[in-house]
Amino acid sequence: MPSVPVVLKMIGITKEFYGNPVLKNVNLDVKQGEIHGLVGENGAGKTTLMNILFGMPVIQETGGFSGRIVFDGKEFLPREPRQAMAAGIGMVHQEFMLIPGFSVTENIKLNREITKENFLSRMFSRKLETLDMTTMAAHSRKAIDALAFEGIDEWAPVAGMPVGHKQFVEIAREIDKENVKLLVFDEPTAVLTESEAAILLDALKRLARRGIGILFISHRLDEVLAICDRVTVLRDGEIVAEKKAGETTVIELAERMVGRKVGGLRVPDRVKLPETGEDVLVVEDLAVNMPGERVRGVSFTVKRGEILGIGGLAGHGKLGIANGIMGLQPASGSVRFLGREISLNDPVSALRAGLAFVSEDRRNIGLLLDEALEDNLALTAMQVHGRFLRRVGPFTVRDPGSIRRYALETIKEFDIRTTGPRQIVRRLSGGNQQKVCIARAISLEPKLLLVSEPTRGIDVGAKQKVLEILHRLNREKGLTIIMTSSELVELRRICHRIIIMYGGIIAGILPPDASDAEFGLTMSGERSAERSGEHETTR
Amino acid sequence: MRRLVERVGVPRLLVGLFLLILFALAGLQRLPVKMLISSALVRIGMNGVLVLAMLPSIRAGLGLNFGLPLGVISGIVGMLVSLELRLSGLAGFFFALLVGVLLSLPAGYVYGLLLNRVKGEEMMVGTYMGFSLVAGMCMFWLLAPFKNPEMIWVVGGKGLRVTIPISHRFGGVLDNLGKFSIGGVEVPAGLLLFFAFLCVLVYLFSFTRTGMAMKAAGMNPAFARASGVNVEKMRILGATLSTVLGAVGIAVYAQSLGFVQLYLAPLMMAFPAVAAVLLGGASTSRATVFNAVAGVTLFQTLLTISLPVTQSVIGGDISEVAKLIISNGMILYALTRKEA
Repeated sequence: MPSVPVVLKMIGITKEFYGNPVLKNVNLDVKQGEIHGLVGENGAGKTTLMNILFGMPVIQETGGFSGRIVFDGKEFLPREPRQAMAAGIGMVHQEFMLIPGFSVTENIKLNREITKENFLSRMFSRKLETLDMTTMAAHSRKAIDALAFEGIDEWAPVAGMPVGHKQFVEIAREIDKENVKLLVFDEPTAVLTESEAAILLDALKRLARRGIGILFISHRLDEVLAICDRVTVLRDGEIVAEKKAGETTVIELAERMVGRKVGGLRVPDRVKLPETGEDVLVVEDLAVNMPGERVRGVSFTVKRGEILGIGGLAGHGKLGIANGIMGLQPASGSVRFLGREISLNDPVSALRAGLAFVSEDRRNIGLLLDEALEDNLALTAMQVHGRFLRRVGPFTVRDPGSIRRYALETIKEFDIRTTGPRQIVRRLSGGNQQKVCIARAISLEPKLLLVSEPTRGIDVGAKQKVLEILHRLNREKGLTIIMTSSELVELRRICHRIIIMYGGIIAGILPPDASDAEFGLTMSGERSAERSGEHETTR
Repeated sequence: MRRLVERVGVPRLLVGLFLLILFALAGLQRLPVKMLISSALVRIGMNGVLVLAMLPSIRAGLGLNFGLPLGVISGIVGMLVSLELRLSGLAGFFFALLVGVLLSLPAGYVYGLLLNRVKGEEMMVGTYMGFSLVAGMCMFWLLAPFKNPEMIWVVGGKGLRVTIPISHRFGGVLDNLGKFSIGGVEVPAGLLLFFAFLCVLVYLFSFTRTGMAMKAAGMNPAFARASGVNVEKMRILGATLSTVLGAVGIAVYAQSLGFVQLYLAPLMMAFPAVAAVLLGGASTSRATVFNAVAGVTLFQTLLTISLPVTQSVIGGDISEVAKLIISNGMILYALTRKEA
């Protein structure tokens, strides 16, 4: 189609973070007036691609990228977001970049204020000109009306608005910029109610008709198909499909998104579970108010000797569950372990009951980075069970002998690469730090181990080792494990059942051998929509 | 050699070197070096406990305890009670300690509660809490119902004096306890032993379960919480222990000085202690007993010897200025240096 000019062309974009390739030779183009969908799992590289387009500093700080960007017919190499904005690229953020105390108009016109002269400005400088609030308000009204959303008053303060309205203010700000040629929407409907989402999608189509190119990132595949002209699927930093919207289906997209990744990860067979396993953990109506990972009421059980997986896209609450059970994030509901109620919001209660947790936030919650390896290993067991202590006169102090013995055993058993038990854990590699975290949890001799994102940010060899460790603990010691991970492949390798979270509730519980399409659909919320009657009540 | 430098730290080596030069100069100027060393020893023991008081606060994640005047005032009240009862000698001193500690326990607890409400601003809040408390206590000193004429104004017969001499009560009881002379250098054995005893206590405490929990709470509250540590409680404990050591510290200080100083004297009490522990190599989030001992030794020796040496070399007294430059410079340096 030579008739429609191309607004944005990204050619052969390749990017590495510390030797890990996150984008491999990605080509993407957006035509004038086109809505182009971009879908992919978390970690597929969508955010990195957008960061490159916007010239976010993080890209330059980590060694830049290779490939070319052509924007509006010109070579374009943004080094900071300002340049991207000046060139005519607008971004609607997932998190709102609005100033709560300002009115809608002030937010829309921030830093692009319309001013008029007064006697001070004539005497000194243009910086002292008065704001022309009337004109500014009129412009804002026009931008809001263009979205066909009447619910917003241009004079109202942003603080206290419903999230949907804030989202519209964000969009209005972007389309108010006169030179805007390309708009990027990063999951714009994630926070909207259904009717608001419908209005937004309409507005997007209208914007496209005005000749603006739109890049639409979303996990909701039905939406993508409904409004996009073309859809690109990104998986592991590679483009695996580029389809016309009319020529594909939700199922095909879901399949492509998840895909079967054949890595070097091999784990021996799962242990067969007896059909009538005893439920060791019973979770009822657990709601967790974890920022960014809210859980809105989930109920499930865990059988003795099982590895239960929890998966789902980022922000849909999978991380909230373990943090809620362990009392680290404010939670409500009921959690019973071996018949005993665990009091929520109290980490000691969970730890005493025999639960142990390996946090997803390794560097902040998992480790004392500037302490020796052996002290990291021993500290939790010392606090919770009084292990590794001896008496010196009237004092009960740490017992260096037993700590050293345990540390040496652990280093050998988990194959931790270190210069010795006194090495500071900050100096260890990510994979070895993760082994320390798991070993510390094991030092509690737990009856149930919760691990979150055990393989995040570590290299392939270490991933393999960590999965093997978990598998071995399960097989040899019969340890029951709840494993939360963004890496669906890994969950499918070692788990017996996998809970998929969507929108803070359980979208489905799948066996590991369910089809790619089924996982894809469940993760993108298509399946929970079918059964919405059941879930509306728990919201 | 390099490992030695790393262990001891460049700032301490430089100060140590500077000290050696000062000693050499003192020798050249025919100053009484032995006497200088004796008086340095006294000043080390006299200030040591106040420096030690910084440790629990730093360990618990409260930063440097600029709220030390709280403990100091508790200790002062303890001594005043002992003086009012006309106790003297070791009995008088330990009674003063007992009352001071009993007062500082609830005071430190309340201080801990306060600090828990201002997380991240502990040092700033501590400083101004100390300042306002000192001001408030100025009224108390005037109105306090103490009757012993040794302590109150001669004229008018009401209100406590600015400085109260205690040499006939328990002044120097620790200094003179087991004092011996070696090669012309007088060693205040009792004083140094008392300081060493407290050092050992603090050292042992740091290896107890509670001590480890406190350290974890200070270094990484999120980690500590996930390990079943009650972080709030550890912070309160840190503030309390620091305040108690402050109370003990001022009693040791006063018995060496021979005076109890009231009114505005406690105002700046925290600063030399803070400077010393920093000079010893501590930071706002990490401190060991070694840091405290090394710091107080370097800092106080420097102050003792710089006065006579500069006087004889330059002919003027710059020791007070040097003290201010060193102590405030150290504090400024430590506060601006953010830990990685």
